[in-house]
Amino acid sequence: MQIARETLLQSYRAMRTIRVFEERLHVEFATGEIPGFVHLYCGEEASAVGVCAHLNDNDTIASTHRGHGHCIAKGVDVGGMMAEIYGRQTGVCRGKGGSMHIADLSKGMLGANGIVGGGPPLICGAALSHKVLKDNGVAIAFYGDGASNEGFTLESLNLASVWQLPAVFVVEDNGYGEATGASYACAGTQKDRAAGFGMPYMECDGTDFFAVHETAREAIDHARSGKGPVMLHVHLSRWYGHFEGDSMTYRKAGEVAAEKENRDCLKHFRDRVTSAGLLDASALDDIDSAVNDEIESAVIAAKAAPWPEDAALMADVYVKY
Amino acid sequence: MSKKSFRQAINEALRQEMRRDPRVILMGEDVAGGRGGTSGVQDAWGGVLGVTKGLLTEFGEERVWDTPISEASYIGAAAGAAATGLRPVAELMFVDFIGSCLDQVLNQAAKFRYMFGGKARTPMVIRAMYGAGFNAAAQHSQSLYPLFTHIPGLKVVIPSSPYEAKGLLIEAIRDDDPVIFLENKVMYDDEEDVPDESYTIPFGEANLTREGEDVTIVAIGRMVGMANEAADRLEKQGITCTVIDPRTTSPFDEDTILECVEETGRLIVVDESSPRCNMACDISALVAERAFGALKAPILRVVPPHTPVPFSTPLEKLYMPSADKIEAAVKTVMKQHAREVA
Ligand SMILES: Cc1ncc(C[n+]2csc(CCOP(=O)(O)OP(=O)(O)O)c2C)c(N)n1
Ligand SMILES: [Mg+2]
Repeated sequence: MQIARETLLQSYRAMRTIRVFEERLHVEFATGEIPGFVHLYCGEEASAVGVCAHLNDNDTIASTHRGHGHCIAKGVDVGGMMAEIYGRQTGVCRGKGGSMHIADLSKGMLGANGIVGGGPPLICGAALSHKVLKDNGVAIAFYGDGASNEGFTLESLNLASVWQLPAVFVVEDNGYGEATGASYACAGTQKDRAAGFGMPYMECDGTDFFAVHETAREAIDHARSGKGPVMLHVHLSRWYGHFEGDSMTYRKAGEVAAEKENRDCLKHFRDRVTSAGLLDASALDDIDSAVNDEIESAVIAAKAAPWPEDAALMADVYVKY
Repeated sequence: MSKKSFRQAINEALRQEMRRDPRVILMGEDVAGGRGGTSGVQDAWGGVLGVTKGLLTEFGEERVWDTPISEASYIGAAAGAAATGLRPVAELMFVDFIGSCLDQVLNQAAKFRYMFGGKARTPMVIRAMYGAGFNAAAQHSQSLYPLFTHIPGLKVVIPSSPYEAKGLLIEAIRDDDPVIFLENKVMYDDEEDVPDESYTIPFGEANLTREGEDVTIVAIGRMVGMANEAADRLEKQGITCTVIDPRTTSPFDEDTILECVEETGRLIVVDESSPRCNMACDISALVAERAFGALKAPILRVVPPHTPVPFSTPLEKLYMPSADKIEAAVKTVMKQHAREVA
């Protein structure tokens, strides 16, 4: 299906933003200025962006510990995300959540998650809201190959099917959960798991934006039209360690370099749109430099932003107490 | 005897017990790491913070089991294996993940012996990291020992130093009941002299890390170090403190606390867990009930506020108990007299 020029430009910009955001965090983390745990999404950008291209603010997503990409793809403010990661008052969660808890309900972003498998049950609930409120929304759970082995996740597949929820379960399969390969940890196949719970299964190469976009369109249309949940299995590779500081001795030498060389979603996108004459290189170059500026400003602003005030500690434990 | 880190002390305890008893096995996410990886490197992690490094190499795959990310099943498997002849040490990584497998602990392991009329033994240990101060935010920073202490049938151990960690972990592995062994993640690089040989520290016997005349401070886990730091400073100002490390919150050494309060007449409890129904409440109730007459001042609790653990550095600092806060609490109780307050 033909993708509108505007969508192509937006999608490229989102993928480039994720890439530059994450690569900058990689550098900044090494200086010791970024507190806590940071899990980078580099190499996986086309998955978040290809899926979220079909969503609007009324649709809901739930993300994971590796959540920056999903947040950016769903339209969460990049400056606010950066400030959050630095723990500043100007952060999207006022510095109280950090990298693993970035959320923006106004954008339909139900949160990154520090708990593996935390998202799928929440997405059943979000999908139930969409169904009961008849707002035409869909709910998307992004989760990893590792998270696919959590009981929560498997129960959620069942519940979504039993209730015929407008939900899509996006398994972002990068082959590893921490330092353990999916080939060891995942028994059977994702396809058979979907079949086991009576839902359609679709899969695609997650480094090919066009493949993700097309498959996600089908999956989301299916869910949105009231035909029940779908599993979308996206094949990916992560380019950095599980978290910053992981030297990845469990991966063979050259594996990541080869992925970067052969399965870079940004390179692939650029080649494809320029050779097909859909966009010219200069438009993409302009985006690249605009994104670099945006991230640079976000980092400068985050570092200069105020810390939360002491009163924030006690605020917002409850709505009312 | 040599200087060892908290991390090394725990590793050594596991290694020595695995050598001593072939029924001791390990399981958990990436306790070895590298399975199914493309490099073929085994023991790629040895635990998320390297605590179990080298154990796969020495003991092999039949003794060191990497698990899928499926806590309910492997924590339950540890309980089942313990009831049927093995002595599993299961690592839950962050204690916050107990949310994904609490039933296996709460309704299964903890209750077997009682429900089965004394006919079961469940010699399992669950190791997990706890504590704030790492900017790990609300889902990776909790100090959930009151939750476990609340459950009859579980034993709960919170070591305060490398020496304590080794002796208490060996004791935990040899214990025939389910034991929750909680390691403060901020302490892994702390070092002190730790004997090379195996030794045990019995449960339910508090350790007096110093003795003084004015105030009794009961502190738990990492808080023991902070209490001693505060006590050092106070000593220079002419106030002397007794610092008690209970070591285990279940079983719990009530007598030592009561005896010390009888002597000093003042009690401070330092507890890193959320303040409602925590150990500080439990210990305060104990003393109010059984040593009320000895009290010269109200009991003070140095505890965090009733909030999730915040991410941002200054908020997390504000949240945490500290040597400064303990020092201030001691000065407060030194000024107060129970009767005047009443
Ligand atoms: C319930 C729970 N168990 C374990 C962890 C620790 N942990 C964080 S990320 C992770 C690996 C997740 O792997 P996967 O789902 O494949 O996502 P990826 O990191 O590959 O994106 C683990 C084990 C956790 N955060 N929550
Ligand atoms: Mg993965």
